[in-house]
Amino acid sequence: MTGLVTQQLIDSTYIIAVVGFVLSLKWLSSPVSAKYGVLAGEIAAALAVGATLFNPELVQYKWILVALIIGAGVGIPLGMVHMTAVPQRTALSHALGALSAALIGIAEYYVAAPNLSKFSMGEIGLEVIIGSLTFTGSVIAAGKLQEILPQRPITYRGQNIVSLSILGAALAIMIVLMFHPEYTHLFPVMVVVAAIFGVMLVTPIGGADMPTVISLLNSYAGFSAALLGFVLNSKVLVVAGALDGSSGFILSVIMCKAMNRSFTNVMFGAFGQVQTSGKAVTEEKTVRSATAEEAAAILSAANKVAIVPGYGMAVAQAQHKVRELYDALTKKGIDVRFGIHPVAGRMPGHMNVLLAEADIPYDRLIEMEDMNSDLPQTDVALIIGANDVTNPAARSDTSSPIYGMPILDVDKARTVMVIKRSMNPGFAGIDNPLYYLDNTLMLFGDAKKFVGDIVRELAGGQGG
Amino acid sequence: MPSDFLSNLYVFILAGFIGFEVIKRVSPLLHTPLMSLTNALDAIVVIAAIIIAGRHETTLSVTLGLIAVAASFSNMVGGFLITDRMLRMFKTGKPKKS
Repeated sequence: MTGLVTQQLIDSTYIIAVVGFVLSLKWLSSPVSAKYGVLAGEIAAALAVGATLFNPELVQYKWILVALIIGAGVGIPLGMVHMTAVPQRTALSHALGALSAALIGIAEYYVAAPNLSKFSMGEIGLEVIIGSLTFTGSVIAAGKLQEILPQRPITYRGQNIVSLSILGAALAIMIVLMFHPEYTHLFPVMVVVAAIFGVMLVTPIGGADMPTVISLLNSYAGFSAALLGFVLNSKVLVVAGALDGSSGFILSVIMCKAMNRSFTNVMFGAFGQVQTSGKAVTEEKTVRSATAEEAAAILSAANKVAIVPGYGMAVAQAQHKVRELYDALTKKGIDVRFGIHPVAGRMPGHMNVLLAEADIPYDRLIEMEDMNSDLPQTDVALIIGANDVTNPAARSDTSSPIYGMPILDVDKARTVMVIKRSMNPGFAGIDNPLYYLDNTLMLFGDAKKFVGDIVRELAGGQGG
Repeated sequence: MPSDFLSNLYVFILAGFIGFEVIKRVSPLLHTPLMSLTNALDAIVVIAAIIIAGRHETTLSVTLGLIAVAASFSNMVGGFLITDRMLRMFKTGKPKKS
């Protein structure tokens, strides 16, 4: 009887936790209320974990405590990583989430194995398949983002057929297990096959598509947790998983729209495949380049400046220098705003976090649509490490692989300045006609160093 | 089809709708913290891991359960920590003199 009362108290706590989860996400709608969102989530999670420790089914605590301490020991450094490492940290986090969901499903299977109904076996099987493939897929994604693995898409002929056959094999094993849950030797085979599929799912997807992949893996990790909730009949897991899953799904849709591509195209298209062999050097086109001194002079004469950051700014770790530039220009009374493309960087919102870290006020970070209505009245558009998201070919050139992708219309600004290492085309290997426009000046060099030089020129110009 | 499945499906569908409506309203400014926050919330699977490990049924289930406890709890701690750090970075421009 007391056991039943305890169980009801635990379940009631879980309901409070679920309310906390929803509020947590709701308060994330604005940067002002967002800190309450984290607090709500923390309280909810603490309540749920605390209540679980009173579960009367628990017979040992010592090792759980040890595991929790290890978890906290791993989690704290993972929570303290530098902002430039956030994309790979996020991928790793998807991996850890999916790993736990898969391991719990595997444990549940071996505890219940011979007596599982077809239906329960199907639930467990699906849960473990999604968990395993998300785990390995996320590990590969993290490896690519950390640049341990090649960032370029790795592709070969017939890849999609091979990959899909592997997924089919995992599902076929699951169906066999539904009829014969006692074939315990088959279960690990299913896990391994699903894990291999995860690897094959992510290896052919390259750098510029990473924001979509990360969002998609986020969604898979969520759905595997929700499925685990079905397996264990735990509503709190179903809700948390559904929230995480729908969040990842929405982000994936936003990322796909921002690239004018469909899900299937991202998953099976392998961006790099098409263009690398495409038109290389077509004709000799002239570009105009400028020095830091000239760039500083042009910026000083402007009233309105738009800075468009991209992944290159993150690679060069230039965000703090950019902040100095922002300060120097603002001090001169120049209006400086940042145009943020949804897929700039390697994960959704990547640029915003980097610039916020560098203490740039978030009301200066402008979304693409708003920025575009402002660019024709802008004196100087300064592009730092962004390429495809500013490529006017996306508007006009129907043969371009990025045709139709919404871009920041920087070419409409009076002067365009592009900080770039060299004329090598960007990651996707697509030529950018922006660089050959009459109002474009190329600033060749490392983003961090060049921005630093401009800042020095601006300060020097003021002094003498 | 077990009745548990149907009641879970109800919850799943409704939670999915709530998630969709709530997350649609999250500012694109905060999409990175959104992802780290949902990761931290998703780490609630730690409660299932605790139960699997704590029921002490087989050596295998305890071992897998304990690994899952450590993995998901690290996600929970790290996820909340980094979300909090990121959100603290978002500041408005102080209107000193404009």
